[in-house]
Amino acid sequence: MGDSDFRAGNRETMTEAAFTATEKNDAWHLAVTGAWTLETGLARIDQQLRQFADSAMGRNLEINLSGLENLDTAGAMALQRTMRACSMREEIADQPLYGFSDVNERHAPLLQEACNHLLPCEVEVDTGNPFLMLLERLGRGVESVAIDTIDILKFVWEVVSGIARIVRHPSRLRLAATVHHMEESGLNATMIVGLMSFLIGAVVAFMGIRILSQFGAEILTVEMIGITVLREFGVLLTAILIAGRSGSAFTAALGSMKLREEIDAMKAMGIDPMEALVIPRTLAMVIMMPALALIAAMLGLIGGALVALSAAEISLNLFFSRMQDVILLQNFFVGLIKAPFFAFFISIIGCYQGMCVEGSAEDLGRRTTMSVVQSLFVVIFLDALFAILFLELGV
Amino acid sequence: MTNDTKMQEHVIEIENLVTGFGDILIHDHLDLAVRRGEVIGVVGGSGTGKSVLLKTIISLIKPRSGSIRIFGQNALSLNEIEQRQLDRRLGVLFQDGALFSSMTVAQNIMAPLREHLEISDALASEIAAMKITMSGLPLDAAIKYPSELSGGMRKRAGLARALAMDPEIVFLDEPTAGLDPIGAAKFDELILSLQETLGLTVFMVTHDLDSLNRITDRIAVLADKKVSAIGPIEDVRQDSHPWIQEYFSGPRGRAATVSTSQLSEAGTGRA
Repeated sequence: MGDSDFRAGNRETMTEAAFTATEKNDAWHLAVTGAWTLETGLARIDQQLRQFADSAMGRNLEINLSGLENLDTAGAMALQRTMRACSMREEIADQPLYGFSDVNERHAPLLQEACNHLLPCEVEVDTGNPFLMLLERLGRGVESVAIDTIDILKFVWEVVSGIARIVRHPSRLRLAATVHHMEESGLNATMIVGLMSFLIGAVVAFMGIRILSQFGAEILTVEMIGITVLREFGVLLTAILIAGRSGSAFTAALGSMKLREEIDAMKAMGIDPMEALVIPRTLAMVIMMPALALIAAMLGLIGGALVALSAAEISLNLFFSRMQDVILLQNFFVGLIKAPFFAFFISIIGCYQGMCVEGSAEDLGRRTTMSVVQSLFVVIFLDALFAILFLELGV
Repeated sequence: MTNDTKMQEHVIEIENLVTGFGDILIHDHLDLAVRRGEVIGVVGGSGTGKSVLLKTIISLIKPRSGSIRIFGQNALSLNEIEQRQLDRRLGVLFQDGALFSSMTVAQNIMAPLREHLEISDALASEIAAMKITMSGLPLDAAIKYPSELSGGMRKRAGLARALAMDPEIVFLDEPTAGLDPIGAAKFDELILSLQETLGLTVFMVTHDLDSLNRITDRIAVLADKKVSAIGPIEDVRQDSHPWIQEYFSGPRGRAATVSTSQLSEAGTGRA
């Protein structure tokens, strides 16, 4: 083998790593053969080598390398580890080739180098007692919920005061950014919101007709669709869809800006990230969500009406005239009034989580998930509060 | 290093390489050959496609035409198994380390070992420890996550991971960018010493004139969509190409030359 084969060798023709141990005159003699590289089965003989090292502990050891064909760092490390384990003597610490015989000059540098790096290593962070860890996680969870709540409320205060500043100085409003986000999270969502509501309206109508026809009261399907779609489903499903679609996008966008220090750069330039990033998004959402909810309500009604027409032969004329007669308009407003509140909190949570991203891509993913989960929770929680409020008000 | 046959063998041979994105042509019939055991530095202005060239060689980017041979194999027509085998023989240090952020440094280094080999945890962690200390990191960095490391340490950890499988060619994408001069000089030394002990071939994309002077055997200058000059740095310096002239005779180019020649006089330099 010429010098040019030093590293590449001819990998196909290399023989597997192997060793034979013989004991003579109170000393162990280890004859090494084959290529001692990870490629050629070093990992397979590692266990045997460790067993040998344990049994030969403290004895004199000679390792003969005349049969060694090739060596990589792992092989050199394994040889040195065995040598050091057996002859644990202080005086050889500075003689890296002590105990090796017939060392080929092309293997010597690696063997010498490996000697300096023989250290055990911890791989994972020590996690400790599992029961204590459970308690610790519980405690940390409770603490983080408390801290998050306070921080989100602080964030709400900052956004509200930022909006108040803009009301006093309308020139500070970033109109272009606001309109951009109205398009991104409002206009671009109309198709999916509309389609979803249309299908939900149709499903509600189907279920209504099936059950009500048993009482011969198919016509009441109109009331059922009217109330559910206008009052609850239109706005609630829009909010859920937008939380998944735009809330997560806000977190991802702000989070990656935070990771790339864009937010710090803004602050350093004297640009308030609240004013430049958070308020345009929040205003855009607050403006567009009622519009989306309106579209959702309309398409939900159309979906219901078409199903009523085809499945219960309620004509469109009858459907909509009855709708006008029996459904109070306030159902519609009760639904719509919730939209800006949902929008406000989805945007706030999305932006807040984005601003909290720190360190790594991992955290960005975690925060995005948290943003969606929290905004869905808040939307449904608010919906329940509104339901109680309207019940008390009697609307 | 002195063996002539060794220096003549080409581990990477690129011929008539054409790459581009959309309407933009990045390399137009580019030729480049890398010899076994050398440290080659690839320089060029921003946007001349240095990183694209690196990524094309390691088959992350598909060229439009041309041929790339690595260890004599046509790298553009490999099947999945051959590609995997080739990948094991190449190590890459990306610009900011590109460490997996969900793993500790040790786990990062063990990742390629576990992926390619059936290896016991004990052996894998010993190898990881060895690579960590070989890259000049303290051993307690093993259990740290990438986000807890400084930029220089991330690069070292990235280098340790690139070396995990004992590759024959190591690709370095701007290894000293973003490091302080002392850190950059140490990193240069590290690359040089690893290259000598492990017999590596190093393909290095860099802007750092000091490290070009210090550690490269040859440099290749990318300009006008081609390799417009290649050779030892002293020869390339004489080239009349306007970009090369501006590069080496600008204030930074001259300063780097002066400091390196002082080093050489002191008997520690190499360039």
